[in-house]
Amino acid sequence: MILLAVEASGVANEVVSATSGVISLAWLIVVLPLLGFVAVLLANRALGDAVANIAIAVAGLTFALSAAVAITVIVDPATYIVPMPTWIDIGPLTVTFDIFVDQLTAVMLLVVTGVGFLIHIYSVGYMHGDSRYGRFFAYLNLFLASMLILVLGSNLLTLFLGWELVGLSSYLLIGFWFEKPEYASAAKKAFITNRVGDVSFMIAMFLAFATFGTLDLLGLIENAPALASGTAFVLVLLLLGGAAAKSAQIPLYVWLPDAMAGPTPVSALIHAATMVTAGVYLTVRLSPILVMSLDAMTIIAWIGASTALLAAIIAVRQDDIKKILAYSTVSQLGFMFIGVGVGAFREGIFHLVTHAFFKGLLFLAAGSVMHAMANRTDAWGMGGLRKLMPITFWTSFIGWLAISGIPPFSGFFSKDQILTEAYFHGFLGIWIVGLIAAVLTAFYMSRWFFLIFLGEPRFGDDVHPHESPPTMTIPLIVLGFLALVGGALNPVHSGPLFNFLAPVVGPIDDLGFTPAGPLPEIALIAIAAGAGVFGIALAYLAYVRRDVSQGRMVEPIRGPIAELAERKFFVDELYETIFVRVGGRFAQALVWFDTRVIDGAVNAAGAVSIATGSASRRTQSGLVRGYVGVMILGALVLVAFLLWQVR
Amino acid sequence: MGMLSLTIVLPLAGALLLAFLPEAGDRSVKQIALVASLAALVTSLVLLVQFDVADPNLQQAETWVWIPAIGAQLSLAVDGVSLVLILLTTFLTPLILLASWSSITDRVRGYAAAFLVLEAAVIGVFAATDLLLFYIFFEFTIIPMYLIIGIWGGAGRKYAAVKFFLYTLFGGLLMLVAIIYLYTQTPGGSFAYADVLALELGVTEQRWLFAGFALAFAVKVPLFPVHTWLPDAHTEAPTGGSVFLAGVLLKMGTFGLLRYALPIFPDATVEFAPWLLGLSVVGILYGAIVALMQADIKKLIAYSSVSHMGFVVLGTFALNATATSASVVQMVNHGLSTGALFLLIGFLYERRHTRQISAFGGLAKRVPVMAGLWLLVSMSSLALPGLNGFVGEFPILLGTFQTNRTAAVLASFGVVLAALYLLWAYQRIFHGPLVGADNENTTDLKAREVGILAPILVLIVGIGLYPQPLFDLVEPSVDRVLTEVGVEPLDIEPIAATSEES
Repeated sequence: MILLAVEASGVANEVVSATSGVISLAWLIVVLPLLGFVAVLLANRALGDAVANIAIAVAGLTFALSAAVAITVIVDPATYIVPMPTWIDIGPLTVTFDIFVDQLTAVMLLVVTGVGFLIHIYSVGYMHGDSRYGRFFAYLNLFLASMLILVLGSNLLTLFLGWELVGLSSYLLIGFWFEKPEYASAAKKAFITNRVGDVSFMIAMFLAFATFGTLDLLGLIENAPALASGTAFVLVLLLLGGAAAKSAQIPLYVWLPDAMAGPTPVSALIHAATMVTAGVYLTVRLSPILVMSLDAMTIIAWIGASTALLAAIIAVRQDDIKKILAYSTVSQLGFMFIGVGVGAFREGIFHLVTHAFFKGLLFLAAGSVMHAMANRTDAWGMGGLRKLMPITFWTSFIGWLAISGIPPFSGFFSKDQILTEAYFHGFLGIWIVGLIAAVLTAFYMSRWFFLIFLGEPRFGDDVHPHESPPTMTIPLIVLGFLALVGGALNPVHSGPLFNFLAPVVGPIDDLGFTPAGPLPEIALIAIAAGAGVFGIALAYLAYVRRDVSQGRMVEPIRGPIAELAERKFFVDELYETIFVRVGGRFAQALVWFDTRVIDGAVNAAGAVSIATGSASRRTQSGLVRGYVGVMILGALVLVAFLLWQVR
Repeated sequence: MGMLSLTIVLPLAGALLLAFLPEAGDRSVKQIALVASLAALVTSLVLLVQFDVADPNLQQAETWVWIPAIGAQLSLAVDGVSLVLILLTTFLTPLILLASWSSITDRVRGYAAAFLVLEAAVIGVFAATDLLLFYIFFEFTIIPMYLIIGIWGGAGRKYAAVKFFLYTLFGGLLMLVAIIYLYTQTPGGSFAYADVLALELGVTEQRWLFAGFALAFAVKVPLFPVHTWLPDAHTEAPTGGSVFLAGVLLKMGTFGLLRYALPIFPDATVEFAPWLLGLSVVGILYGAIVALMQADIKKLIAYSSVSHMGFVVLGTFALNATATSASVVQMVNHGLSTGALFLLIGFLYERRHTRQISAFGGLAKRVPVMAGLWLLVSMSSLALPGLNGFVGEFPILLGTFQTNRTAAVLASFGVVLAALYLLWAYQRIFHGPLVGADNENTTDLKAREVGILAPILVLIVGIGLYPQPLFDLVEPSVDRVLTEVGVEPLDIEPIAATSEES
């Protein structure tokens, strides 16, 4: 079976059992941060703020080890399986903790531990003075361990173990400042929404097991070509249900904007660069299954496109600098899903990587701004920070152009390649929606950038903005560099990353893709770049050329659509009505049923007996004795009846 | 005397000693009770060491003549399933006794004796291989539990105790009828499990008898719609009573189904399985939704038990090695998670003397250790992978999916609801601003209390990551039962094999 998959994509990935060498130590990549989590929690009280050093050292070591593993894969490409003990072996279900390392794992490892390490360092400055400083670092280590389990698992169930543990870390970190009720609610909302997706993921696993007899990734990938199209369709949609929750796609994206309640380094690491991309990782990892159902892939593409557009529209009218970035993340994840849906799996991963750079950067920049602005987040209350925070300004500048899709910044290449593939694979509608979302992206990110950094200050004397300390600016500079040059990973369609990932993605040759029109690639590239320039130009006219000192009164777009965008299309209100109001009514009705009907019947039966027995005995013990007498008598009658009945 | 009978006799001996030492002070009462329960833990561990894991049959058998006139014997034996549940019982009892000493100050001697008798009776239920003996142990557990709720319980204890007594006694009596009928069918009249198992029963007989057994066990589990005694019993019982009730007593129902209802009435089992799957699914969802709306934290957890025990029954009647073995593991997991939750609730109650969720708020700031452990146990209860609940629930659902897809899919939504009621309760108790002097002055767990929880927490994490010893212990016995029922081993044809032809 493996031959089938391999012939189609033209390259072979040999399966190697890694019992020696660097890769055989890959389990340390998970165990180190796990130990770090426990150690930091235990030593928290004794060491005080110094405890963060443990967590940072662990993150650094994990990064170094991950880099070593990734280099080994680059030098010697193969699918490595590191044998580990069994987790569950019950009936036909066998699940081991074996570690799975291939080219896709290598990419994910570098992104997760690289950005993770930087954000550990950044947090030293950002979280300084917090009363639960040590605990924050413990949670960061827990997150790192969880995300690495997700990436390294060789089985859908161990992947799911990581999947759920990142959910727990996310819950802990969103609700880190749990004293605020809305923050605690945001944490719960994130966990519950993800649980809805988890049900879908779990049912996908049940179905996969019923179909393949295993949950091992290798077994699924190798046998995928034998899938019936109907089964493949259902299976992919169930997986999409899980992926849509974790990666904040329609209709399960609602938790991510609220998740901004967490400290900003968390927003950068978990809710932009890494965890939220897990759904993209999952679908690309299982792309050999995806390619068995073009219908399901088309649905994924449309979910991605609708999410990219909807979130971009909402982002245009948000004023909170973190909320803008949150909706932007939802939108960019939509682009990645477009990539997955149109069969541009590798381009989707490419965008995942560049997005981790530029969105991680933009969030850290937002954190730096908040640090300077006494935790204010209203973009209208900023302005003119360019001079006061030069490093934050220039790194943000790179991030802004990267996400807007301006060449030669990294985001341009990855986004353009997704849209180009959509066009070449015949998804004209997706391509158009993607372009509109790209224009909006450039527009709202320019608005974000202009309102924060350009113009005159719109804040009073009560805040004194200043550049952030080096622990915060160094990660900004590193990510700024990566966001600038990240495009070099895959500057042309068949670039290095594209070829590197070739053996791990499903073959699309048999899907019969034909271009949506006659446009050549060079024209598509020009259109994509033009979209970014157009969006920036519009924002420039609206927010730089006009006087914005009057605040949000000068918003250029008015009317019902702007209103809708500002109110986020009332989706939260809609869900609130359905699940809280209607669901609450239903739950109330069940409680009524339980106490009045079921227990009512029980009590009524009791009351009747008490009434009949009360003539003789009234005490509690007497009551029980009377009951027992009646019951034994009844039992004897029943025995007699049964004997008579059956004979 | 073998280890098995010793494990029953030791707690009983402790109770007798307490009864004959009326002069003993509370301190020595506590010591005697603890020693007796620890001794039972030791003998049950010896039993585990002696146990042959590869042998699926009942082993370590001990038999004494009891009532020769009717062929009743004092016969005991264990298989993997009963051994696991005996260990759960002997593990939890010392912890319950230790946890009780700070709250029980009245009639300590009686309390300790009641628990020891209860422990002995429950072990008897799991170990008996004579149906009459089983019935007597089964019904006898009601008496000490009735006293524990009725004497040491809360304000509404009388109502709760009587309700518990009548509900469970009523269920039990139907089973007695069935047992007597089975006795009349055995050649020469015997209550021995092996003899009853050997009976060739007609389908009509099986239906009636299955109903008798199943109802008794369903009340005990408790399965929807015969569950309403549990919330009252839990709410009014003292902490120790709640822990024992959730931790061990409910398992008598699911154990009974697996040991008696399934193998003795195989045709009826297969026939009624879809109905029981349906009731389980209703219980899982219904219990969880009703739990959501509870204002009393103990009631909330009581309804969550209805939901979680639904998973156990679901797995049992899925009738395949994966789901049914996992349902036994889930019995243990539910005992540990819910036991730990009730202990935590007890510790909180001792500080605040209320169980109303609305009375709390923002406590995490004041009691970080309690909050952290509470969250850990909640995560175990909502089946977070890596903790014990998941390795029970997931294989149950996966196995059930192979036999009944609708039931498995519907039951899966229970995991969303579990997260909802547990995290919502957690948020209301521990998150938000710290308001009011009562919350302000709540103190964190003491080292002693953490120590009581620690063994359970170790198992919650340990089983979550390394459940295999438990599966290995349980699976051969479950396979034996499934063979009795006549179910083919689950065999999934790998897709590659079928695809070659197409």
